[in-house]
Amino acid sequence: MYLLMLRIRKFEEKVVELYPAQDMRSPVHLYIGHEAIATGVCLNLRKDDYVSSNHRGHGHCIAKGMDMRLMLAEFYGKKTGYCKGKGGSMHLVDPENGVLGTSAIVGGGLPLAVGAALASVMQGNERVSVAFFGDGAVDEGSFHESLNFASLKKLPVVFVCENNFYATNSHQSARHSNNDIACLAEGYMMPSVCVDGNDVITVFETARNAINRARSGKGPTFMECRTYRWKAHVGPDCDVEKGCRPREELDQWVKRCPVKRFRELLLDENVLPESEMLELARQVDEEIEEAVIFAKNSPLPSPTELYEDVY
Amino acid sequence: MARLNVVQAINLALRQEMRKDKRLIVLGEDVGKSGGVFRATDGLQEEFGEDRVVDTPLSEVGIVGTSIGLAVNGMRPVAEIQFSGFLYSAYDQITTHAARIRTRSRGRFTCPIVIRSPYGGGVRALELHCESQEAILAHTPGIKVVIPSRPYDAKGLLISAIRDPDPVVFLEPMRVYRAIKEEVPEEEYTVPLGKADVIKKGTDLTVISWGAMMKYTREALEKADYNAEIIDVRTISPLDSETIINSVKKTGRCLIVHEAPRTCGFGAEIIAQINEKAFLHLEAPVERVTGFDVPFPMYKLENYYLPDERRILKGVEKVMKF
Ligand SMILES: Cc1ncc(C[n+]2csc(CCOP(=O)(O)OP(=O)(O)O)c2C)c(N)n1
Ligand SMILES: [Mg+2]
Repeated sequence: MYLLMLRIRKFEEKVVELYPAQDMRSPVHLYIGHEAIATGVCLNLRKDDYVSSNHRGHGHCIAKGMDMRLMLAEFYGKKTGYCKGKGGSMHLVDPENGVLGTSAIVGGGLPLAVGAALASVMQGNERVSVAFFGDGAVDEGSFHESLNFASLKKLPVVFVCENNFYATNSHQSARHSNNDIACLAEGYMMPSVCVDGNDVITVFETARNAINRARSGKGPTFMECRTYRWKAHVGPDCDVEKGCRPREELDQWVKRCPVKRFRELLLDENVLPESEMLELARQVDEEIEEAVIFAKNSPLPSPTELYEDVY
Repeated sequence: MARLNVVQAINLALRQEMRKDKRLIVLGEDVGKSGGVFRATDGLQEEFGEDRVVDTPLSEVGIVGTSIGLAVNGMRPVAEIQFSGFLYSAYDQITTHAARIRTRSRGRFTCPIVIRSPYGGGVRALELHCESQEAILAHTPGIKVVIPSRPYDAKGLLISAIRDPDPVVFLEPMRVYRAIKEEVPEEEYTVPLGKADVIKKGTDLTVISWGAMMKYTREALEKADYNAEIIDVRTISPLDSETIINSVKKTGRCLIVHEAPRTCGFGAEIIAQINEKAFLHLEAPVERVTGFDVPFPMYKLENYYLPDERRILKGVEKVMKF
């Protein structure tokens, strides 16, 4: 669990480090601050379970087992990337690991997860679908249509709303008539909880119950996970300097860093000694370095590939 | 007169029209406090307040649908959709309501909305942030589709669009948002909808384009060995066929350049009209230089996807050497 959180954090930090060189060809929406959610949820999933993700999807992809080398290669627009260098950071897809796609359309991924869940029921394969989305998706009609249908048909879906209180620069309170998102889901007659999205253990346990419930045919569950994004909406910089959000708000949330909190817990409870943590960090750094080298050394796609994979 | 870019010209048009007409309101995601993704509505909320420059929830169907309701009841909404790729869900409201309200009410209601949206590729964004949907929209009777290619027209066309009694989708070429600066009069003026612009007279062939491609087509033609007549369509729908047909009758040759996919791209409609109205004047088949029939690709392949100087000049040669 710690390894996975660290992997996501360090991967994103590497993107921050590399981005200013301007040879990464894709805009990026960074997951820093949200790590506990992808980690806590996906560790409960089978490889063949489905995830539908959104524009802020790097964490979901890594947590679902996608290869950081192929992810980075995609950011660099390389032929070896997950979309053969034609898609970019917002369009990663990996059927092998059950990743249905990271949708650039806010709210676009929810119906996909519901449909995949319906297919699982019809095929009797006990696969569960998880839809990850932000508080912004709650504004869109597809959110409501998806919850309604999933609940009506008791489909094996877990809806995971990563509420970081902002959609780009718009605060939730300026967009929602009811700031209690979990309560909306109750209206669709499904169990719904609001949890601390920076507490990986809580997320893990809540997700475990929800996923078990889905797999045993009892229907969907809704999880609102409250968290905060540390970086700007898009790109490697921080937006508080630009006045998009109050600095104190960010500072408060940085104090509640999900990775640090879990690390402290592991140390306090003597689960994992410091030396082993350092070893894990070293291991992750190595993986990421390898991914960077792979991505940078990979070839670009050629014009003849333009027409591939259309029909 | 100040030298402005396209974004500034749009901002100026909105500001001046809002001062004149109290019915005008601007709404969209992040248009108010943040001034819009591309800053086209920068400073408007400060001047006109939160009631007239409205930050909406993240819901395109809601933004467009609400605008229609506003328009039918006497307001003049200018809605912003952050990228035209997010128009697809709202296209439902556009085609099922906005486009038909005048017809359905047999002229008793009109629907004076403007939907502004940055469109097109070439800015290293990703799929869905690079779409060119002018042909889809033009295929919807009841909707006007306007595309400025430069700051002067952006201001004049937007003012016309705002004052027009019918729904207008106003597509703004993102790639030249800041790439072109020119003198834009401070005082108000309009550029009429439905009127193409012959930006250069010529005798050898007619070259037709619109949006961001206009700039690149013009630049390419400076290197061509022929004297081209260049037409900026400006309003895709309703199309100014007359200007196009007159020009083609004169030159006998025609090339169309657009970045949208080729099949059923708007170039196809122009060719059909030329066939109908100027066939016997043609010295060569009309050629198209277009994007490809694929979802918009990122980075490296984007360079191949978008018509560039080489492809445009090749198109010219093909038309001239026939
Ligand atoms: C349909 C649609 N509308 C607008 C956008 C532009 N956009 C991209 S992300 C975003 C904010 C999303 O907020 P949220 O869902 O809360 O996710 P977060 O970025 O906070 O993780 C917006 C408005 C989009 N991608 N798709
Ligand atoms: Mg959010």
